[in-house]
Amino acid sequence: MEHQQHRLIFKHIDEPGYTNDIDCYIKHGGYEQLKKAVTMKPEDICAEVLESGVRGRGGAGFPAGMKWKFLDRKSGKPIYLVCNCDESEPGTFKDREIVHQDPHQLIEGMMCSAFAIQAKLAFIYIRGEFFQGYKILERAIEEAREKNLLGDNILGSGYSCDIIVHRGAGAYICGEETGLIESIEGNRANPRIKPPYFPAALGLYQCPTIVNNVETLCDVKHIIEMGGKGFSEIGTPGNTGTRIWCVSGHVQKPGYYEFPCSAVTLGELIYDVCGGLKPGRKLKAVIPGGSSAKILRADERFTGKLKDGTEFDWGIEDIPMDFDSLMAVGSMSGSGGVIVMDDTTDMVEALANINYFYAHESCGQCTPCREGVPWMRKVTQRMVDGNAREEDADLLKNIADQIAGRTICAFGEAASWPVQSFIAKFKDEFVEKAREQAARRKDGKEAATETTLI
Amino acid sequence: MDLQSETIEKIDKLVPRYPTMKSAALPLCHLVQEDQGYLSKEAMEWIADRLDLQPINIMELVTFYPMLRTEPTGRHHIRVCRTLPCALAGAYQTCKKLEEAFNCKVGHTSADGEVTLEYVECHADCGKAPVVMVGEDEYTNITPESAEEFATKLKNGAL
Repeated sequence: MEHQQHRLIFKHIDEPGYTNDIDCYIKHGGYEQLKKAVTMKPEDICAEVLESGVRGRGGAGFPAGMKWKFLDRKSGKPIYLVCNCDESEPGTFKDREIVHQDPHQLIEGMMCSAFAIQAKLAFIYIRGEFFQGYKILERAIEEAREKNLLGDNILGSGYSCDIIVHRGAGAYICGEETGLIESIEGNRANPRIKPPYFPAALGLYQCPTIVNNVETLCDVKHIIEMGGKGFSEIGTPGNTGTRIWCVSGHVQKPGYYEFPCSAVTLGELIYDVCGGLKPGRKLKAVIPGGSSAKILRADERFTGKLKDGTEFDWGIEDIPMDFDSLMAVGSMSGSGGVIVMDDTTDMVEALANINYFYAHESCGQCTPCREGVPWMRKVTQRMVDGNAREEDADLLKNIADQIAGRTICAFGEAASWPVQSFIAKFKDEFVEKAREQAARRKDGKEAATETTLI
Repeated sequence: MDLQSETIEKIDKLVPRYPTMKSAALPLCHLVQEDQGYLSKEAMEWIADRLDLQPINIMELVTFYPMLRTEPTGRHHIRVCRTLPCALAGAYQTCKKLEEAFNCKVGHTSADGEVTLEYVECHADCGKAPVVMVGEDEYTNITPESAEEFATKLKNGAL
């Protein structure tokens, strides 16, 4: 079956002849929404964003309009807008394309948002590895400045706001909004404790700050265009707008695909949109929302009740791709990074790979995470190195259970969820690994076998 | 400190844009590293002095952020992504081929100083895995099968 993409944010991505300069953007109707925005009342824009129901595209899925509502406007301190372009959740690769191919869409979305919250200054925090993206954004900002679309007295409105592009330097934790703020302040990116440091009240330089994902800020431009109500009619109630699903791993056609929320199921995404698996392979597992999301096993049955009370009974292929459905099956849509694994995948190795990542990225601030995550990495590394023990699965779960919920930021959960879910769903493979190695050792053979994922 | 005049110009333009001097610390680390190839003790002291900070304020950033280096790299700095989506596409085997082609263990610089070969974490282009970066340029779909050809092209300056 054909599934037509509905490209809102990615409308011009990979379009032949579409270039990332301002003339091309304006020729395609660009900056019309900013022109409209500066004639509106800022609070009316905020109301439209709230009505749109748009939920944050960075991972947590928190309603952006609500986040904006929490902004402390009475403090008298300057307000800051920060675009989170750290795009570092493994499996996610959408912001890169927006920055490279359509940077002005982001700048327009940001300036509309900055005007709505009356920000004094805006930042784009871009990950350090996006060398080209940084240059493209710098150029795009100068182009926009020349046309008075940012800077002083934007389009004669009396409102002024500039954008500073701030480069990260390879630390995953900078994707966490308070870590990101610390990084802009010139510190190590150790996240802050909430409360009291909710960015909307005590953010950048202890001033009210809004941090939004690239895709979310682009959505704001479209919300102004079609109105909050119009935007909310895309998708389903509570899951509005489109999402860009980034599919990687063992599919024939990995890539980015934009659909209204709930418009496709996980099965349709894998088999119809991405051309299915390689010949002769069977689906084994899917991580549906970036590597922190809990893994789904291909032969699971998912039953329960959705938020609105509807009962569901799904196989993995039936899960609608939206925020609430993926949460209902015990995982999350996160950042939209769908990692597909076929039956050739060794789950112990896959977890060893993920643990290596999180051990490398722990900021070291909270003891359970600083000590526990590298410990989990050591255990899974030992397992693939030929010294697996039957009790390792329980040990891993035990460590993970003592990290989640005991750290300042959500990194503790991000590092624990993969371990908890791999053990819950593939424990047999972890135990079997130890037995196989013991058997090989008994036969006088090398206990470890060659690894491919670590 | 012997910085190029362009670097000094960039620094002088950038610092006053930030609400606080300290916010310019990480950008200055990038600019000085791009100029010098790495951040020496002298470089860190220079940045601290430029921003009215203490050297420790810079050193604590350099030891935190993986992209900041205290040693120079080889002529080509090759970064191979090893995170799960790239690994599922064969990144570890790709890296083995590159180790052989350059006679250089991952995590090291080759004896002739030609390449530094490193594993890095997700570069956010997982749809075109495996991803390899050489300096500031990104190359995609560098599979175990195409890695040798990739290495040859890099050696011949034909990338």
